[in-house]
Amino acid sequence: MTKRHDRNFLGPAGTSLSRGEFWTLTIAGFTLFFAIWSGVAASGWLPPNLLPSPLVVWDTLVRLWHQPFAGHVYAEHQLASIRRFLMGWAIAVGIGIPLGLLMGWYRILDEIVTPLFDAIRFVAPLAWVPLAALWFGTGIGGPLLIIFVGSFAPCVISAYRGARLVETRFVEAAQTLGASSRQIMAHVLIPGALPSIIAGLRVSAGLGWQSLVGSELIVVGAGLGYLMVQGQGNLNTSVVIAGMIGIGVVGFAIDVALRAVERAFNRKWGQA
Amino acid sequence: MTGVIPRRTLIGLSTIMVALLLWWLATSGLRLLNPLRLPSPQEVWAAFSQITFGQGYGGATLGQHALHSLFLVAKGFSVAVITGVPLGLLMGWSRHAEALINPIFLLLRPIPALAWIPLAIVWFGIGDAGKIFVIWLTAFVPSVINAFTGVRGVDTVLIAAARTQGASTPQVLRHVIIPGAMPLIFTGLRLSLQASWTTLVAAELVGAFFGLGRVLNVAGQDIFPGMILVGMAAVAVCGAATTWLLGLIERRVINWRPAV
Repeated sequence: MTKRHDRNFLGPAGTSLSRGEFWTLTIAGFTLFFAIWSGVAASGWLPPNLLPSPLVVWDTLVRLWHQPFAGHVYAEHQLASIRRFLMGWAIAVGIGIPLGLLMGWYRILDEIVTPLFDAIRFVAPLAWVPLAALWFGTGIGGPLLIIFVGSFAPCVISAYRGARLVETRFVEAAQTLGASSRQIMAHVLIPGALPSIIAGLRVSAGLGWQSLVGSELIVVGAGLGYLMVQGQGNLNTSVVIAGMIGIGVVGFAIDVALRAVERAFNRKWGQA
Repeated sequence: MTGVIPRRTLIGLSTIMVALLLWWLATSGLRLLNPLRLPSPQEVWAAFSQITFGQGYGGATLGQHALHSLFLVAKGFSVAVITGVPLGLLMGWSRHAEALINPIFLLLRPIPALAWIPLAIVWFGIGDAGKIFVIWLTAFVPSVINAFTGVRGVDTVLIAAARTQGASTPQVLRHVIIPGAMPLIFTGLRLSLQASWTTLVAAELVGAFFGLGRVLNVAGQDIFPGMILVGMAAVAVCGAATTWLLGLIERRVINWRPAV
């Protein structure tokens, strides 16, 4: 008993687990999750079409890989979603980051854009769906606007903050040495803002991917979200869960990729 | 002159005025845009008075729709805080709990709350329960993670100091760990509150009987652009109002820190 007390003396930061304890508990955690899921599914408390067991979901995933559902096989749905996401996100990054940098550099632009930006910032991205459908239709344009709206704000804010955080003495030093406005932009401002921009890219990619999922639930005729809606319509819960798994895997992969970029950048240019 | 109104406010106000003027010119004054693409200010006002003072729209008045949405966010969000923050504190305090529970978060975290909407509809139908469930999911994961990170960020020196003066474990928790984790917990809450509105609007667009998402959905189907803009503005006002309210609570709770 005293031993236990000692281990908690400093609270969370002071205690540590042995390797064996850590892995035992981690594996127990994973097992517990799947055991509860299978247990509830097998118990018969719920009708099987409400909660399929993990094995049934796995079978469904394998089947969807070969057999088209809602018009396409699984990989095609996944590709459709990824392509749509990349297009919307690229537009948001391409407009948002230069705008943020310019707002950080030119005070007058900051003062003009910020009130407009604040006025529409609180409109939830998914609330744009009806207007997006009206403007660009429900094909490719509408969902693109939703992804753009979802990921635009973090791009602008991170570039703006990055530009404002660049130390004034670096800018002054460059000015003293006779650098032109454009040279300062290219050699001082943008490199100085890069860490903040890269962090913003990760946030905006996450939000853009979420917005994509939301827009696919409401409009469009292919993609993982559409697959889930069709599964829901047929009360085919295992298809719905298979769609969720695909969304989780792609979202996770996007995050891992951007984390790798962030790490590579920090290794090359020093501190974050 | 410059002393009376700050330059920033002056430019901000004139920008908004110019934007409104351009909107009026493009839609009503010069009729450059098809009114089915962008409605004129008068049409938006007509839609607003119809839904607010007139017979309503989508089955209720704007106030009723907004209150319905507000209550759903409040319920789902507060349940998420009540369940998520203690769990995060526990995982932060005990490495055993962390090792056991973390795998479940590793599995569930990459799936956005929006992706749970179809499952919520299968499980709960398109009534209120499914929406509270997805809002709970939206706010639950950030609550847990920020409470956890907040506890881990507490300075060990502070804990050691409290211990040296004879503080018991509950006392350390109450007076050192929880206050130390509070700022980060609120940061997480602020982010997840905005996300909750996005989730709710999506869920209501997919299917609902009342709420602001329902207004947007019906207006979209009727091709009623004025009402779409009213719905969007109402979502923004509700989101801003709840964020402001959370800020008030934050200042009350973290009263030892100067307002940021």
